Amino acid sequence: MQATTAPEKIPFLRDPTKRSILYQLVTMAGVALLGYYLINNTLINLERQSISTGFEFIEKEAAFEIGESLIDYSAADSYGKALLVGFLNTLIVSFIGIILTVVLGTILGIARLSTNWLLSKLAAAYIEVFQDIPVLLQLFFWYAFFYEILPGPRQALDLLPGVFLCNRGMIFGVPHYHPAFGYAAAAFVLSCIAVWFLRRWAIKRQDATGRTFPLFRASLLILIGLPAIVWWFGGAPTEMNVPVLSGFNFKGGITISPEFTALLLGLVLYTAAFVAEVVRAGIQSVGKGQREAATSLGLRPGRVMHLIILPQALRVIVPPLTSQMLNLTKNSSLAVAIGYPDFVSVAGTTINQTGQAIEGVALIMIVYLIFSLSTSAFMNWYNKKIKLVER
Amino acid sequence: MKSTTAASHRDEIKPPVTEIGVIGWIRANLFNGWFNSLLTLAVLYLLWLIVPGTVKWAFIDSVWLTGSEECRATDGACWSVISANIRFILFGFYPHDLQWRPLLAMGLLVALLFYSRERSRWNKTLAWAWLAGLFAMGLLLKGGLFGLTAVESANWGGLPLTLLLSVFGLTAAYPVGVVLALGRQTNMPVIKSFCVVYIELIRGVPLISLLFMSSVVFPLFLPEGVTVNKILRAQVAIILFTAAYIAEVVRGGLQGIDRGQYEAAESLGLNYFQTMRLIILPQALKIVIPPSVSILISAFKDTSLVVIIALYDLLKTTQTTLSDPKWMGYSAEAYIFVALIYFICCFAMSNYSRKLEKELDTGR
Amino acid sequence: MQAETISDTHPIIEIEEMHKWFGDFHVLKNINLTVHRGERIVICGPSGSGKSTLIRCINRLEEHQRGRIVVDGIELTKDLKNIEKVRTEVGMVFQHFNLFPHLTVLENLTLGPIWVRKTPKREAEETARYFLEKVRISEQALKYPGQLSGGQQQRVAIARSLCMKPNVMLFDEPTSALDPEMVKEVLDVMISLAQEGMTMIVVSHEMGFAKSVAHRVMFMDDGEIIEENEPEAFFTNPQNDRTKLFLSQIL
Repeated sequence: MQATTAPEKIPFLRDPTKRSILYQLVTMAGVALLGYYLINNTLINLERQSISTGFEFIEKEAAFEIGESLIDYSAADSYGKALLVGFLNTLIVSFIGIILTVVLGTILGIARLSTNWLLSKLAAAYIEVFQDIPVLLQLFFWYAFFYEILPGPRQALDLLPGVFLCNRGMIFGVPHYHPAFGYAAAAFVLSCIAVWFLRRWAIKRQDATGRTFPLFRASLLILIGLPAIVWWFGGAPTEMNVPVLSGFNFKGGITISPEFTALLLGLVLYTAAFVAEVVRAGIQSVGKGQREAATSLGLRPGRVMHLIILPQALRVIVPPLTSQMLNLTKNSSLAVAIGYPDFVSVAGTTINQTGQAIEGVALIMIVYLIFSLSTSAFMNWYNKKIKLVER
Repeated sequence: MKSTTAASHRDEIKPPVTEIGVIGWIRANLFNGWFNSLLTLAVLYLLWLIVPGTVKWAFIDSVWLTGSEECRATDGACWSVISANIRFILFGFYPHDLQWRPLLAMGLLVALLFYSRERSRWNKTLAWAWLAGLFAMGLLLKGGLFGLTAVESANWGGLPLTLLLSVFGLTAAYPVGVVLALGRQTNMPVIKSFCVVYIELIRGVPLISLLFMSSVVFPLFLPEGVTVNKILRAQVAIILFTAAYIAEVVRGGLQGIDRGQYEAAESLGLNYFQTMRLIILPQALKIVIPPSVSILISAFKDTSLVVIIALYDLLKTTQTTLSDPKWMGYSAEAYIFVALIYFICCFAMSNYSRKLEKELDTGR
Repeated sequence: MQAETISDTHPIIEIEEMHKWFGDFHVLKNINLTVHRGERIVICGPSGSGKSTLIRCINRLEEHQRGRIVVDGIELTKDLKNIEKVRTEVGMVFQHFNLFPHLTVLENLTLGPIWVRKTPKREAEETARYFLEKVRISEQALKYPGQLSGGQQQRVAIARSLCMKPNVMLFDEPTSALDPEMVKEVLDVMISLAQEGMTMIVVSHEMGFAKSVAHRVMFMDDGEIIEENEPEAFFTNPQNDRTKLFLSQIL
């Protein structure tokens, strides 16, 4: 382009700025047209099929029962409350699932790296097999396992003393209610605070005098000891509410439904295989030289792990680990296939009863989007924090 | 000072016996230290608990090619549930005498995949062969041309449906994903934000919500009188879903391209589309082949979700078989069989992607 | 500077008839080596000759299977207590620096003193700053290793070892991963360390360095110490054919 030409003389389509504006306007118009077309069709269809729109149905009576619920719920409650029950069910299964997955996945990942050939190969086989079978199929398998393979309550498998497995689910004993347990719980919270202060004190003392403090063992002692002492002085209640067979079912104890257990089992066993790979890759990402340099300074193996390997491995592990947790939460929506009343399942029933499909699907999407967005907000924060430290 | 020459007894001294051979291997890999020895014993005990019982159940006490009565009589596995229903499990409601057609289509697919495994064979002809192959597979399934009897899509089912949804899903999703990735990389704010919103929205929700949408909301979008069959709707949902994931993978590939490549292309006078088509995409797509195979694997596994909207894929035909009173109660056997099919396919694909990754690593 | 004889002081490292295998592969064959306090030894040889493995055996990064290694009166056996003690006495500098990327330069230096020597933080930091000054890099104390050049990283790594106040320093090809223009800054630091009388065993092909500071130069090939001599005689009049060949290739 000659520098002497005035800018307005450039033909419209040759000016990159204008061209880009044109492209964007065309795109916008296209999307708007498509949107108008779809919405128009939808409105016509809704009117023709006389389906109402809007979210008024939330306050109407749901008129269906829900198999399990964390809060009081009956068929007379509103759709809103039913959806809340489903939401809480999704939360609880995801929460417990995530904890178990991280524990199992970490164990498997470390086993995969073990110098023990047998253990390492076994972990590798587990990871390969469980990754390559669809999670839905695994859910069906565990569900069938409960209903077909496990015996009825009368021949229930006695896994551990007081823990039974049968086609009614998993049943185990819990302690009878006693105020001492409340005090012990309070003592546990207190000891957490105490450990926090102890840690600060230990760091301060080490900075000042150089003396190290066995923080891990001391914390463990406080966390277990203090509640135990309180429980002891509270009267040391040991009475258990043990499940007993009466007639065709168990009485007492806590029963966890086959649906919940199958869902949890399927999700945990499937996701743990992926988490194991994440953990393995994270630990392997720390070079051999790091361990050598640290040991040649005279650090003990435990300290090498704690001061050198873990801090570096965690940076690699945390982002993919979070997305695996999110995957588990999203996969918990498969609960609908085995009859566990999670959010998607309750929303599905709502759609069937009210016919308001658009609102129902929108609700499902919004709930999962909230999970996803909060996860990515956490990841952005974490990545930024790491960048600040390392650059 | 003296200068020493080496002692002459080289090659005479062997390492201690405990360090080499079978004993050395066992010591180093199974019993180095008390903790590892304990682990080995624990694992061996665990295997001893599980393996003999499983082998007895699956092979020794099992029945293979019988009716359901013999199954009731044995303690072992009833593999007859599969052998007696194999055609329904694999092909669903596809007309009995026409089942050679989906079988042939699957054979064609396997042959194409097998031929394409070497990277040296990847060229334009192969791409056309794939297009022709996919068309032929569709034709074999649907019929209605060249004297083949037409088969209603409502009757499609089993393994062909599973493969159809995943293979066509990925093929159609790839171009969409590439466009989305390019859109996300542009500096035009409107286009960029459309792409970002789409990608993040889809990746944020579970596939099942899209399948719900395809089965209950999608019909509302269409003008009166127009209907689209269930399989196609599910296929669209899978394509829309997979495209978002492909877009992210392709974006990773685009970011892996050196800035200098863009500058070199621009300095040759290539415009945006030429730069992308001739310089950037060929390189980026090569980088993203291994992660694309991973997407194919998850798409393949994810198609099993169509069970939930009542399409007769491999999993649904299996469940239907199991709801037959004659064969009720043999879920474990049937699910293990289906799991084996999925496992073989996914394992082959993931091994292949690992192999490719190694090749590409050295090839760059 | 010319090497003076030191034979009256007692040995700090004694290796007797030591063998090592990797599986079936005989990497170290009948190694005998005595190092006196204040002595400086340079080991050279073709790659794969076992020279790195030899010095890695001295602080037990590798385990030997036959013979004895005694460091400062402590024999290296399976006893973890002894191994720990030897490691605190012996400093090691690696070819690839192996600085801890998640810690600042200062934290890299104070880590060992704080957790192994149980030094108060303030004191450890003072020592660290002293040695950073010494390797002429004190202005980088609060940066992370990733922000430094290779030569700077290697100097930090040397300072990190010095902070443990070791009696012996082992250098495993300290300059071979560096760009040519950075080799000198690292060698300068090593020379000044030598001038202070540090006992050093250096695996290196830097012949100029060997000539100026080493008391003895050794040539290893195929897992054996083929030849050792004073630097002057070693370079001008090698005895063994393999040594001659090697020297002709690198000089």
